[in-house]
This record gives sequence, C-alpha cells and structure tokens, in this order.
Amino acid sequence: MLKSFADYIVFNLIGLIPGSRLGEALNFFIYDTVKIFLLLSTIIFVVAVIRSSFPPEKTKRILSHKREYIGNVLAALLGIVTPFCSCSAVPLFIGFVESGVPLGVTFSFLISSPMVNEVALIMLWGLFGWKIALIYIGSGLLVAIVAGIVIGKLKMERYVQDYVWEMQVGNGEITVMNFRQKLDYAREYTFDLLKKIWPYVVIGVGLGAFIHGYVPQDFLVRWAGRDNPFAVPVAVALGVPLYSNAAGVIPIVQALMEKGMAIGTVLAFMMAVTALSLPEAVILKNVLKNRLLCVFFGIVAVAIICVGYLFNAIL
Amino acid sequence: MKIEILGTGCAKCKTLYENTKKALEASGKSAEVVKVEDIPSIMKYGVMSTPALVIDGQVKFSGKVASVAEISAML
Repeated sequence: MLKSFADYIVFNLIGLIPGSRLGEALNFFIYDTVKIFLLLSTIIFVVAVIRSSFPPEKTKRILSHKREYIGNVLAALLGIVTPFCSCSAVPLFIGFVESGVPLGVTFSFLISSPMVNEVALIMLWGLFGWKIALIYIGSGLLVAIVAGIVIGKLKMERYVQDYVWEMQVGNGEITVMNFRQKLDYAREYTFDLLKKIWPYVVIGVGLGAFIHGYVPQDFLVRWAGRDNPFAVPVAVALGVPLYSNAAGVIPIVQALMEKGMAIGTVLAFMMAVTALSLPEAVILKNVLKNRLLCVFFGIVAVAIICVGYLFNAIL
Repeated sequence: MKIEILGTGCAKCKTLYENTKKALEASGKSAEVVKVEDIPSIMKYGVMSTPALVIDGQVKFSGKVASVAEISAML
C-alpha cells in the first residue's frame, strides 16, 4: 500500500519516468520516510508505555546485591526497558553503585541501555527486516553482558572517582503512574523524540535515496565487503563520533549495504554509533577515572569488533 | 514554598524551569524557585533520572518535563 502511494506520487502526480534515476531515488525517499515515521510513532509510543512501568529506581532495586553473571544478564535485559538518557548517566551510575549494584553489573546496564534502544531497533526492522533487528538485539545484549562481566572480573572499583563512594544517597521514592498518566507520558515522550530526530531521519533517508539511485552497484564491495579485514575496525572508529544519530545513520547504512558493505560490518558500525559516544565519555568522566573509562571503551570496542567479524564470517 | 529543579544543566532541565515559572505566575502563588545542579545535592534526594521537581523537600516527579498544567496541579 505504501509502495503504491509512493509510486502514485512520483510517477503519476510528478510525472517522473519509472526506472529513471531521479524517479527511483525520489520514490525510495518517499516510501522510506513515510514507512519509518509510521513505525517510529507507533512503536515509540508502545515502548514508552512499557517504560513508564520501569523507572530506574525500580531497576536499581532489582539489581542491587545481585551476583555477577545472573546480575549482568538481568542488567542487560533491564537496559532495554528502563528509560535512559545520557544526561542522567551520572546520577544513575551513583544511584546504582551506592545501592550495592556491583560495578560490572552497572556497566552491563550502561552498555545495553543506549545500544539496544527502540529507535535503532525500529529503523533496523523497517529497513533491514526483523531478522537483522533480532540479531542486533541478541548481539547487543551479548556485548553488554560479556563486557560487564569482564569489567567486574578486573576489580576496578578503585578507579571509580573517590567521591562516589562517600556520597549520601537518599531513598528515592518510586513514582507510580496510573494508566491514564502512562498514556500521557508516552504521548509526550513520542512527540519529544520525534521532534528531536525527524531532521536526521529525513537527511539520512535523503542521502540513502541518493546513494540508492546514483552510486553504482557493488561500489563498496572492495572496501567494505567481507574480504577486507580492516572494514570492521574502521567502521567502529567511524561510528564513535556519529553518536545519537542512529535514526539518520541507518538509512545511509542500508544504502551502503546494497552497494556491497558486509552485514557484520553494518552491525558493528551501528553498535559503535549507539554504544560508544564521546559526549557520554565526557559525562562519565565525572564518575570514572581515566583508566576505567579507557578500559570501558576498549572492552566494548573489542566486543563490537568481534561481533562484526563473527557475522561477516557466518552470514 | 520552596521549589527546586534538579538537573545537571541539560536542555530538558531548562524547559522544566521555564514551565515551573509559568505555572507559578499563572497560579499567583509566591515561591522561591532554585536550580540545583550539583551532583551531591541531587543524589541526596535519591533522584536517578533528571530533571526532577522538588517542592518543600518532597520529590514530585523525576525523569520528565512536566507541562505547565501538570505543575500547576502540584502547587
């Protein structure tokens, strides 16, 4: 139905010829933007309703004094449903650590929460299909769990800023919302998020459409294909500065994949975009000493690169 | 009445501050509105997601920007 809508506008109303470059690019642009915005508004709304039942205070209570392994798995899973914004990373980190959530478990949460986020999932699902979206969730959780366990094993508590351990933390009450309030919260959340990301989506889909229509087929096979061993680490390095623009990056990546970028490289790039960000590093510097910050980034980067190689090898 | 806006200075915190001012003006009540930006003070309230609104030492909500109408109802 969406396809015929896009066809109608481009080929009937505007009168471009099917098969022409401009026609195909514009058709692709309209089809993708409409589809993505439909998906985004419905799913963000549903996710926000679910999230309103998992305030971070509740997550903290579930995770406090949990043992490693089981704690890491739970933390990574709760990372999906607990609302998280990197601007609250500091109070969240202190709240977790102070209430007895082990350091490694806290990191599993901090890694999974931004990486396995609804915007990235919707965009992946809409543009690559549900299988890729599921693979992304699975490997994202795995990266969060493994990286958290490794950080826990390294016993790096002394590389947390000293003042964190001395902090007096009050007992935060859990605000319970009724169903009506949850719907209101979800509506506002959806509008806020859409307002923030729509320009990136439009620009991303626009660039994607351009690549789709104008860049020759197989253009990237040589550089980003599965036979180039450097493609994955380079993709991860490129992903770091692109933080929080998952919405804009995914349409471009989809077009690049059409032109020969390998799937593992695509996944690694996406994970780097969402999980490794410079602004978040700057924020976390308030609670972590340099050494732990570097270990955190290093371990996550290595884990993501492994995921990239793995899927390039098996898919 | 003392109203505190907890938050580390992000855009959302500013919006909440503005909304609170507006709600106060509309209600005609007088109150002292302060921004609390240092981490130890925020943590004292046990707030883990910012921004949060505190009225007379009691946390009203955290992790969202409430509308002017919502804040008015709490004053």
